[in-house]
Parts: sequence; structure tokens; C-alpha cells
Amino acid sequence: MTEHVMPEATQPPIPPPAADHRTHGGVHDPNAGHSPEEIRREIRVYMIVFGALAVLTLATVFACYGLKLPVHYAVMVALAIACLKGFLVAGFFMHLLSEKKLIYGILILTVFFFGLLLWAPTHDILDKFGR
Amino acid sequence: MLDAHGHAQAAPGHEIEIPFNVAPRPDTGLYNGKLGIWLFLASEVMLFGALFSSLILLRTAAPEWPRGWLELNVPLATVNTMVLIISSVTVVLAWANLRLGNLQRGRLFIAATLACGAIFMIIKGFEYGHKFHLHHYPSTSNFFATYFLLTGLHGLHVLGGMIVFTYFLTVGSKMWHTEPQRFTNRIEIVGLYWHFVDLVWIFLFPTLYLL
Repeated sequence: MTEHVMPEATQPPIPPPAADHRTHGGVHDPNAGHSPEEIRREIRVYMIVFGALAVLTLATVFACYGLKLPVHYAVMVALAIACLKGFLVAGFFMHLLSEKKLIYGILILTVFFFGLLLWAPTHDILDKFGR
Repeated sequence: MLDAHGHAQAAPGHEIEIPFNVAPRPDTGLYNGKLGIWLFLASEVMLFGALFSSLILLRTAAPEWPRGWLELNVPLATVNTMVLIISSVTVVLAWANLRLGNLQRGRLFIAATLACGAIFMIIKGFEYGHKFHLHHYPSTSNFFATYFLLTGLHGLHVLGGMIVFTYFLTVGSKMWHTEPQRFTNRIEIVGLYWHFVDLVWIFLFPTLYLL
């Protein structure tokens, strides 16, 4: 392969690797190429998501640590906020809102076994202790 | 070198290249590295899932279980949560800037991510040091056993990510001069791993520290 040495810093945006240039309702498709304007728009979305994650982190601490909620309420609030934060990270930073079907398939299989892993021992312990 | 269909072809005097490093495979729609990292992350979900499952099992079966916020340092962990969230943003910004063709900014954000990882580990070190000072060890109780195991394993993942980022910040970035798209893909892949590490912490933080 011929080697083309490029300048160190700024160079034209990298062209898409393939002719797969799709959009998904404005959500970034990580497998498609994008224009510089689209990439800059994505950067703005990342910053909004960052703001939301920061606010949700403080909300978790306030709800569980500041309000001193009863345990069952604290568990529900903390896990609900954690799930929302997880959705933001996975959906926007990991681009799961616009991924290929194969990755969704892998993740569905993983979530099934993950759920089984959590459910099986909990089910067993609830049976034994009636709690 | 790839032909029009993405198949590897040996250039004269060169070894054959691994196919689909850059171009997506027609059947998966993904380049191989990306499929590989998602399969790896799936196995990581099962690893941490087993440990979370153990925590639930131990906690629900225990006659009493300490409240995390009474035993652990919540303000430090909150700072660490923010540090990891910031590092997730810097990774995507590094990737976005590389896609814009700006290596200098890309490297700057990779360095920022590395710095965030280092801050996380230093804070974690202070936290561990304080626990050891109070004679709290994994053998002290089930609570501390799960705390040290889960945070320790997570810390090792942060350390692993830092090693990879150090490589891409130094010798690994040479690839930019010959194969910029492939280098950008590599940053996307390590970014996916890093976001997963952040994701694990997002669930560890309330589970261990706040409940």
C-alpha cells in the first residue's frame, strides 16, 4: 500500500468509508459519513447530554443523600435516575439510538441473560426467606 | 489494500491486510473492530452482571446491611462520577474532531480523557487509603468485600482504558498519517469501551454509595 504522509494538525474531514450515508431522524448514524456541519451539530447534542447527566447526578445525590428517603423509595429513585443516565450514555455517546440490527441482536441476547442472572438468585432468596 | 468489495488484496511487496478494518462488511454493515468491541462489551455485561447479582443476593439475605452513605465517602464519589461523565464527553469530542480532520484537537481531547482517568484513580486511591486507615478491608464484612471487589474491578477497567489512551496519544497516533479513517475508528472503539466503564460506574455509584 502506498503511504501518503499527511500534515500533522488540520486536514480535510475524513470521507465516509462506504456509501452508507443514512440519517435516522436527526440521530447520528455512527456507521455513516457526515458533513462537518452535521458533526458540529452532533457536538452540540453531546454537550446537551453532558449537561443532563451532570444535573441527574446531582439529583441522585440530593434525592438519596440529602432527602434521606426511606430505603425502598431511595432504591426506586436512585435506580430510575441511573437508568435514565444509562440511556443517555448508551443512546447518544455509544450511538445505540441508531445502530445496526446485529448490535441490537447481540444486546437483546445479553440483556436476556443479564436479567436471568439477576432474577434467578433473587427469586431463590425470596422463596427461602419469604421477603 | 481492499478491492471494491472490501476484500483483502496483497499489494506487490506487501503482506496481505486484514479486511474490513475501515469499510463495513456487507453482511454485518459494521467494520470488524466495532463488532468485536460490542461482543467484548456483551461479555463484560455478564461479568459485572454476575457481581451485581451477588451483591443483590448478599444484601437481600443479610439480616442487616450498612447504608452506603454512612460508610463511604459520597462527596468524593460524586466528584468521581462527574469526572467520568466529563471523560465520556471528551472521548466523543476527540472522535468528532478526528472525523473533522483535526488531529491536534483530537489528541487534546484524548489527553483530557486520560487526565480524567488519572483524577478518577487518584481520588479512588485516597478513598481506599482512608478505608485502610480505618482498618476496613475486604475481609471486614460482606459490605466491604463487595465494595472493594466491584470498585476494584471497575478501577482495573479504568486503568486498562488509560493504557490504551496513552498508546493512542503517543506511538499509536502515527497511524493518522497513513490511515486516518482507521485511526478514527480505533478511537471510536476505545470510546465505546470507555463509555461502558462510565455506564458501570453510573450504576455502581447509587448501588454502593447511596443505598
